[in-house]
Amino acid sequence: MIDIQSLDLFYGEFHALKNVSMFLPEKSITAFIGPSGCGKSTLLRTLNRMNDMIKTVKIKGTVTIHGNNIYEPEVNVELLRKRVGMVFQQPNPFPKSIYDNVAYGPRIHGTKKKSELDDIVEKSLRDAALWDEVKGDLKKSAYGLSGGQQQRLCIARALAVNPEVLLMDEPTSALDPISTLKIEELIQQLKEKYTIVIVTHNMQQAGRVSDQTAFFLNGEMVEFSETDTIFSNPVDQRTEDYVTGRFG
Amino acid sequence: MDNRANFHHSIEELQNDILKMGHYVEEAINQAVESLMTLNDTLAEQVVENDDLIDKMTLNVEERCLRLIALQQPLASDLRTIGAALKIATDLERIADHAVDISKTTIRLSGENLVKPLIDIPRMAEIAKEMLKEALESYTERNVNRAAALAVKDDEVDKLYSTIFQDIVQLMGSDYNRNRQLTHLLMVAQYLERVADHTTNIGEGVIFMVSGKRKDLNL
Repeated sequence: MIDIQSLDLFYGEFHALKNVSMFLPEKSITAFIGPSGCGKSTLLRTLNRMNDMIKTVKIKGTVTIHGNNIYEPEVNVELLRKRVGMVFQQPNPFPKSIYDNVAYGPRIHGTKKKSELDDIVEKSLRDAALWDEVKGDLKKSAYGLSGGQQQRLCIARALAVNPEVLLMDEPTSALDPISTLKIEELIQQLKEKYTIVIVTHNMQQAGRVSDQTAFFLNGEMVEFSETDTIFSNPVDQRTEDYVTGRFG
Repeated sequence: MDNRANFHHSIEELQNDILKMGHYVEEAINQAVESLMTLNDTLAEQVVENDDLIDKMTLNVEERCLRLIALQQPLASDLRTIGAALKIATDLERIADHAVDISKTTIRLSGENLVKPLIDIPRMAEIAKEMLKEALESYTERNVNRAAALAVKDDEVDKLYSTIFQDIVQLMGSDYNRNRQLTHLLMVAQYLERVADHTTNIGEGVIFMVSGKRKDLNL
């Protein structure tokens, strides 16, 4: 599905990702863990070319999704980001109604018919496990929702354009424990339809939700294997030291 | 820098608790066997009495493990160390229970003359005691090889058990009292065989704790 090969990334002189190669299977959940500054969020952002917005960034190597290198010059970045959606650390709904938040993407991509939009909004909100809580309030402002609901709304907004991949950058770090559990449950349900990559500082969260986990340190991918292995019996001493809190 | 120094200190304390418990259990099994050899029912009673303390220590280790799991969410080697401690504490507690079983046999046989001199049972007891000592030392040293070597000794114990079984069956006749005593002795052999098995479990726990690998030492 997603094949990263010999990826190097520089912020100006700073070598932020060093020769990273990994394969992320379709409909699986991969967690990226590592101390701050290790490159995990940078790598996540390479998967939908969010780093393009930073002028000093230079990238070597390839990222192919379904066999197509997303760094080829002819790639339409807007379409790429439709296929590879993203959810951020802070819920960031638009200052619009719940309905318009979810319908925003489909409208931009050309869906005009109200009935079609209605269907997409309902389906996306259902998939994001939010529909039952908001179905009577679709016209109300998204800002009236709780933090956890706003985050699920952002997930619904990402799902509305029918992506294949969902990138999540610490999606629960701003949420309370109950909302966190809801998002974690949701992530596992979403795996049936989407390929998910999640960056998290919460190792127990990585352990609970992901199928495989990659540990990064100083831009290097130290270890990548089944999540059970990483958390019960990692191969590399640096992984062991990190997950047991002996450094990091 | 260790970001979880307090937590890791608690794990060290947990390991010390296991060793302290192991020391008491060794003592219990030594005294139990000694009480049988010398038919000393005072010593046997002492073993029965001391078992309460070992039970309390087991509960204490369990509580400590559960608290660490609940509050510290341990991972990797920390998690394995705590998991192994839970299991090892259970095995030690079972060994202590067998020490009590043997001591109760001593009390039951009190005042009787043994129908035959004990030869293989003391041999078996000697090996089982050595195994317990080895198991505890492999735990202290985190020594996978020493833990794995327990399998060899366990085979010796199993062979002795089989010999004792056959000997005792041959000695049985129509005399009720004689058969009763022989049955008690057979059960002692069985208890010792179980003690050896529990020490191999401890060895397996040590191997898992240190290497994360599962190895069956009791084939």
